[in-house]
Amino acid sequence: MILENSQVILSVRDLTAEINGNPILQGVNLEVRLGEIHAIMGPNGSGKSTFSKVLAGHPAYTVTGGEVIFQGQNLLEIAAEERARAGIFLAFQYPLEIPGVSNLDFLRVAYNSRRQAQGLPELDAFDFDDLIEEKLDVVKMNPAFLSRSLNEGFSGGEKKRNEILQMALLEPKLAILDETDSGLDIDALRIIANGVNQLTNSENATIMITHYQRLLNYIVPDFVHVMSQGRIVTSSGKELALELEARGYDWLVEDAAVGVGV
Amino acid sequence: MSATVKTLVNQPYKYGFVTDIEADTIPRGLNEDVIRLISAKKNEPEFMLEFRLRAYRQWLKMTEPTWPSVKYPAIDYQNISYYSAPKQNKQKLNSLEEVDPTLLETFEKLGIPLTEQKRLANVAVDAIFDSVSVATTFKEKLAKDGVIFCSISEALQEYPELVKKYLGSVVPIADNFFAALNSAVFSDGSFVYIPKGVKSPMELSTYFRINSGDTGQFERTLIVAEEGSYVSYLEGCTAPMYDNNQLHAAVVELVALDNAEIKYSTVQNWYAGDVNGKGGIYNFVTKRGLCQGVNAKISWTQVETGSAITWKYPSCVLVGDNSVGEFYSVALTNNMQQADTGTKMIHIGENTRSTIISKGISAGKSSNSYRGLVKINPTAQGARNYSQCDSMLIGDNAQANTFPYIQVQNNTGKVEHEASTSKIGEDQLFFFAQRGISSEDAISMMISGFCKDVFNQLPMEFAVEADKLLSLKLEGSVG
Repeated sequence: MILENSQVILSVRDLTAEINGNPILQGVNLEVRLGEIHAIMGPNGSGKSTFSKVLAGHPAYTVTGGEVIFQGQNLLEIAAEERARAGIFLAFQYPLEIPGVSNLDFLRVAYNSRRQAQGLPELDAFDFDDLIEEKLDVVKMNPAFLSRSLNEGFSGGEKKRNEILQMALLEPKLAILDETDSGLDIDALRIIANGVNQLTNSENATIMITHYQRLLNYIVPDFVHVMSQGRIVTSSGKELALELEARGYDWLVEDAAVGVGV
Repeated sequence: MSATVKTLVNQPYKYGFVTDIEADTIPRGLNEDVIRLISAKKNEPEFMLEFRLRAYRQWLKMTEPTWPSVKYPAIDYQNISYYSAPKQNKQKLNSLEEVDPTLLETFEKLGIPLTEQKRLANVAVDAIFDSVSVATTFKEKLAKDGVIFCSISEALQEYPELVKKYLGSVVPIADNFFAALNSAVFSDGSFVYIPKGVKSPMELSTYFRINSGDTGQFERTLIVAEEGSYVSYLEGCTAPMYDNNQLHAAVVELVALDNAEIKYSTVQNWYAGDVNGKGGIYNFVTKRGLCQGVNAKISWTQVETGSAITWKYPSCVLVGDNSVGEFYSVALTNNMQQADTGTKMIHIGENTRSTIISKGISAGKSSNSYRGLVKINPTAQGARNYSQCDSMLIGDNAQANTFPYIQVQNNTGKVEHEASTSKIGEDQLFFFAQRGISSEDAISMMISGFCKDVFNQLPMEFAVEADKLLSLKLEGSVG
């Protein structure tokens, strides 16, 4: 939702980043206010996923320029876990399988590290069980998944649901959903979209990264941005997504190439 | 490996101090006179000297094994001292009060208090310093139940017949190069005898400490469990940090008679050498248990974290019908460490069963190999084995190998083998970090989870220790 006089929580200016010496982000600009949902679209290799990982602080990427201010704090100065504790959440495109670590333990440790950062006492195992019970409902997840190893042997859809469960639990200020719709059948997509919609409100913001318009039928964005060659080349309202669906990316990408020349 | 991972794995070794104590150390070198000297110093019965000399003559004809996946420069066996003992005022000590306080302090520093007031409540400890046993706690209390727990030197004086009957019965003197060497020169170790029908009222444990810089340590442990008895035994080991390598070649023999059970746990934390592989212990150990009686059970649990090189295969020979062998292992290698470890399960009796759970963790530039043999003999009707070998790699430069050998000579045998490889790298740590969990906590959660099946087998107080030890060893190794 677009709110009047809403506070800017994320401000990205001329952000550039590389991996192993290859420049990927070439000057990204983006401003996100509380209550807003932004969709970032674009062809393969345009830098969308890199952008999400750089915001979350993945150590493989080196930021070479620009700034990222999150709730008044210079995000680039703090480590990944501190960013997470400050309220940045990344739902992974490919959630990893971690054998031997139970889903429930993982959720509890993650939740308590967030509580600690907020100066709140840790929740004990009993209180946590009650809390997680509530959250399971958001993504219609079977409690049996809690006692299994983290993502081990989960189907693609179950892994994505588990990501949204973590989002529901950690209540981030800024959620970044990296291709959360990829590999989902229509029922799973609906459940996950429904979960995300329950979690968005005027006190947080969401960035969705996606290839397809499909997801945007369920989670309706306030803004749609198109990324190409490491920068955002076009921004508009939700109707842009429909146009992209009809026309593809080429017309925008060509424009961008011309733009670079200038 | 990123910087975070590195700092996490590379924690300083906290047991690397040297105790300054006057020692009676014999000159370097090995020949029959040296063996006679060792035997004389220990005032041994004649049969023991003969045993040693036979072993020595066999050893001269043998060559060091070259099949393990480990590399090290040739060892000069003439450049090692084969006996070193801290000087005591009296030949025989009547109580702990007479033990040199420096020694007691050393063990206290290692977390093994021996004195009456401070010792562990439900664990009897035999403390071995270089070549000799300095103290054994709770001896009298155990004796009330008929349990014998003392140093093997003492056993040779007090119970020579028992030692004579069982010594070398499981690991013959010419079993392998290092076992033959040990049989010739072993200096001390622990002896345990559990009489018929007795369940040992407490955990028994031996703590090995190498102190001297150029002495080899060759200890010998013998545990005999008579019919229907039970004992749980634990050994721990540490050594100072020296630039040169020290040789540790031990032999452990277990004998379980009808319906007896021996549970043998090891937490091995010898000095592993520095980050460049300089110094550290060469740990060449032969451990074997014989399930001689029906329904006998021998269970090995090991947590191997130290040593420059580990060469060790705690094994079970399942002779009695329905006897059970188990092997639970966590082997962790870091920096330049090399481990070639595993087990042998030899099925001879009918309906014998064995379980192998092996967990290898390799960090740094280390190499970690599982090598195991499951052999079902023609007589072993209905024998079963289940093996699971899991490897975890930390960072990008470590190596893990699995060499399972399976020989089945009876078509009613059933053998299962499962294996997996997993990794703790940047992406795994980032996943945890993105949920607000620090690298230290992430590694400790992943390692605990990985080792859970093995740690569950350890006596409780040691399971907690082992968990901590592993996290400590890995601190700084992933990033």
